[in-house]
Amino acid sequence: MGTIASTPAAAEGAEDGWNPVCAFVALPVERGVTALAQGTAVALFRTYDDQVYALGNHDPLTRTGVLAKGIVGTRGGVPFVASPVHRKAFDLRTGRCLDDPHVSVPSYPVRIVDGTVYVGPRLTFRGP
Amino acid sequence: MTETSTRKRLVVVGGGMVAHRLVEAVADRDTAGEWHVDVFAEESRAPYDRVALTSFFSGRDPEDLLLGDGSLWRREGVRLHTNAPVKAVDTAARQVHARGRVYDYDALVLATGSSAFVPPVEGSDLPGSFVYRTVDDVTELRAWVTDRGAELDRPVRGAVVGGGLLGLEAAGALQAMGVESTVVEFAPRLMALQVDEGGGEALRRLIEKLGITVRTSTATKRIKAGRNGRVARMDFDGGDRLPVDVVVFATGVRPRDELARAAGLPVGERGGVRVDEACAVPGHDDVYAVGEVACIDGRCWGLVGPGNTMAEVVVDRLLGGGATFPGADTSTKLKLLGVDVASFGDVFAAQAGSLEVVHSDPVNGVYKKLVVSDDAQTLLGGVLVGDASAYASLRPLVGSPLGADPTAWLLPEGVEGPPSTELPDAANVCSCNNVSAGAIRCAVTEQGCTDLPAVKACSRAGTSCGSCLPLVKTLMTSELEKAGVEVSDALCEHFAVSRAQLFDIVRVTGLRTFSEIIAAHGTGRGCDICRPVVASILSSLGTGHVLDADQARLQDTNDHVMANLQKDGTYSVVPRIPGGEITPEGLLVIGQVAQDFGLYTKITGGQRIDLFGARMEQLPAIWKRLVDAGFESGQAYGKAVRTVKSCVGSTWCRYGVQDSVGLAIALELRYRGLRAPHKIKLGVSGCARECAEARSKDVGVIATENGWNLYVGGNGGFTPRHAQLFAEDLDTETLVRTIDRFLMYYVRTADRLQRTAPWVEQVGMDEVRRVVLDDSLGIAADLDAAMAAHVDSYEDEWAATLDDPEKLAHFVSFVNEPDTADPSLAYVTERGQRRPATADERREGVLVAGPTLEVRS
Ligand SMILES: Cc1cc2nc3c(=O)[nH]c(=O)nc-3n(C[C@H](O)[C@H](O)[C@H](O)COP(=O)(O)OP(=O)(O)OC[C@H]3O[C@@H](n4cnc5c(N)ncnc54)[C@H](O)[C@@H]3O)c2cc1C
Ligand code: FES
Repeated sequence: MGTIASTPAAAEGAEDGWNPVCAFVALPVERGVTALAQGTAVALFRTYDDQVYALGNHDPLTRTGVLAKGIVGTRGGVPFVASPVHRKAFDLRTGRCLDDPHVSVPSYPVRIVDGTVYVGPRLTFRGP
Repeated sequence: MTETSTRKRLVVVGGGMVAHRLVEAVADRDTAGEWHVDVFAEESRAPYDRVALTSFFSGRDPEDLLLGDGSLWRREGVRLHTNAPVKAVDTAARQVHARGRVYDYDALVLATGSSAFVPPVEGSDLPGSFVYRTVDDVTELRAWVTDRGAELDRPVRGAVVGGGLLGLEAAGALQAMGVESTVVEFAPRLMALQVDEGGGEALRRLIEKLGITVRTSTATKRIKAGRNGRVARMDFDGGDRLPVDVVVFATGVRPRDELARAAGLPVGERGGVRVDEACAVPGHDDVYAVGEVACIDGRCWGLVGPGNTMAEVVVDRLLGGGATFPGADTSTKLKLLGVDVASFGDVFAAQAGSLEVVHSDPVNGVYKKLVVSDDAQTLLGGVLVGDASAYASLRPLVGSPLGADPTAWLLPEGVEGPPSTELPDAANVCSCNNVSAGAIRCAVTEQGCTDLPAVKACSRAGTSCGSCLPLVKTLMTSELEKAGVEVSDALCEHFAVSRAQLFDIVRVTGLRTFSEIIAAHGTGRGCDICRPVVASILSSLGTGHVLDADQARLQDTNDHVMANLQKDGTYSVVPRIPGGEITPEGLLVIGQVAQDFGLYTKITGGQRIDLFGARMEQLPAIWKRLVDAGFESGQAYGKAVRTVKSCVGSTWCRYGVQDSVGLAIALELRYRGLRAPHKIKLGVSGCARECAEARSKDVGVIATENGWNLYVGGNGGFTPRHAQLFAEDLDTETLVRTIDRFLMYYVRTADRLQRTAPWVEQVGMDEVRRVVLDDSLGIAADLDAAMAAHVDSYEDEWAATLDDPEKLAHFVSFVNEPDTADPSLAYVTERGQRRPATADERREGVLVAGPTLEVRS
């Protein structure tokens, strides 16, 4: 999850494996964009409350890079993106598929420093 | 579970509807695994729904008719042998002969049904005469009519011999295939077994209104062949003749008791295996007969309901019970679209002292009669012609008090609803499957069913002819209400209203952003269900561009990029080609664009050209070229009006009677861009040959000598439907106004992702007619104004996007590397064009191109 902060400095972000991606204002509200970060295609989402989330763009169920193009919304308060192909929902916070507990996509931490969005190394979550 | 070898062997001869019910009941009730079942079926298919046979003509596949989901035949201890007629039965040795060997049995059930009876009329065996009993029969009939239709340069002429339930159904099926049909009946009226004279007269008028000719009191003398040896003419007693290309015999059935006769089992006077009230053959307590082949108390039953009851009786006996056949209900309802006929109970007032209450309205073709006891309290039977809406409620009341003045039931529909009477639990609601009102209530209260499909699955009510469904639904709803369950048509967790209600809310309140709408009328932030619905509603109301900031976040992926997402993550592009008419210059432009961008091209079913393999970041450049050459978006990506397909029409075609291309172009330009609950396709044919396949469209127009016939509610796809005739011989102006209203009414009131066919079914064709043609809701002017506003405010989405840098900004591959092609794309060449590489090809490295090779621009 990303929070808007003015420190630490941008340079520090780059050093410890964080990739600068784009300006925060370049992210459309309640939609996704695709970015190249951490050596792969990452889907970035900005929700209505200006939180930013990053998931792997690759949809494991259809094996195509399409997650960034899905519809963003909430299910019982959980922010999610619906894969455009089969409409399975993925939790924006963890990458876990809400419709199938055995499926998940990688999740990446996001930081916003001085108006720039940074994507950090992949997070790993433990199973429920 | 018992070992197979120690189980008792049940052999069922015949794989029809009743056999299916019997095996289902064994599977349900034989929990100890006492019986092993072998079913021998002569037909090549697993048991199917014969009652729904006619739906085969409205485009259903034989597979759709199969009973159950097939799992019954995969169960342990159940074996179905298809293509396996039983040749002989040996009751002494307890064996049957089939497939060239013998099978032992401990119990034998004959469920061989009936065969169609063909009267000994000369020529009844000529090519071109048919019966109407099995899937094979109707398949051959359909092929014959299609082939004859292709050979002749006039409509095919057909006759149905027999004016009973089956004959009228068959005539309707022929008519639906465009055959000029005549029903020939020996008796002085149609459906003589079910309706009385007054009803017969009203029925005749209704049938004639469908364009079917009716000849009663007519005996067929012979059928003559033409020079090609096929049926050509019918000769009647009295000298009349009728030219025909196809004849269908619907002249009754005969029980298939030939096996039983050969085995020396007793048969009834008019055929049928004689059985007692346990459905057992006298003197053979291990041989039973069920269904149409069984003769109980001297009569055979030609309906599926009594057969199903017999099946249950036999299974009970096999498991040691003592059930007996209680008799059955012979109520019937004609399953012919546009003709409402039903009869139930004692139709002919045969019981001493009974009274008849008749309501007859010849102008509107309505005839209703109730037969009641001498004190006018108890319902004994009735006939309903022209308006059988009360059938489902009245039929279960036979034998019970009416609860109101009988005349109240006969009032025209809509004047006053039928009196509400609480049905007793014992009342039989579904006569096909013997389901009582109590069982339906129980499905709701005890089994937790909350919608119609669940109640059907759980109670079996309504799964055969379907005529009881209105009542099943009423019972279910009132039971749910009693239980305090709200009958919900909520869109999703964010909106508690249906799409139609939401449409009205948005229309009336004037709210125009999703945030306002969900704040005022919903909860949360929406989801992939409600967001596109709101997007579509806003768009139908003409509120700006799909990519305007607030609306952009609501769009489905395809609408959001205004292209169709393909399996490899690239898109396809479809420029509009109105009516399928295109200039050579236009074709060259499309070809050049495809070549320059390396796109795979394919002609679509809607008479336009699909360009595949465009990457997100290429879309604006592709569209710039197309828009500059005068093309516009084809909205192939949207739940919107797609295409108006046309044949070449009177301008070039020798048969065409109207300018179908001209009309198709006018319609496509009028409705282009109209967003709807689902995609909408139209078609226009220039003559009755129907080369544009307009009847497979949501809106189909077919030229006549006098104007246009309008059909609605057709579609191809997963469950194909033929469009139904909506209005005839319209002039062009009236036609366009009628389509305007039909489309707008649909756009406003249909459910999400509901195409016109199920919508028409849900609203009722007659109701749609009343609203659209007679303005029964007083909304026609409003619908007209809405369509006029749509036509005035249309703009090409792609042209508008190209003019707006903000909208163009999101057409990039990666925000941080806008022009880098997605490196995961890979292609191979096939038949001179490129296509996505398969997983195997990627692994083996046989790729010819990555994402950007071959692209010249
Ligand atoms: C077009 C149409 C519409 C109908 N509409 C209605 C309706 O609305 N309501 C209603 O109640 N009923 C209706 N019926 C009647 C209903 O379909 C029958 O009552 C019902 O199918 C009877 O079931 P059954 O199992 O006894 O016979 P069937 O369904 O006829 O099955 C008998 C099967 O046994 C097979 N068989 C025969 N001999 C042998 C043998 N020696 N070895 C192996 N197999 C053999 C036959 O090939 C057949 O498949 C309609 C019938 C038709 C044709
Ligand atoms: S009465 Fe035929 S399905 Fe219920």
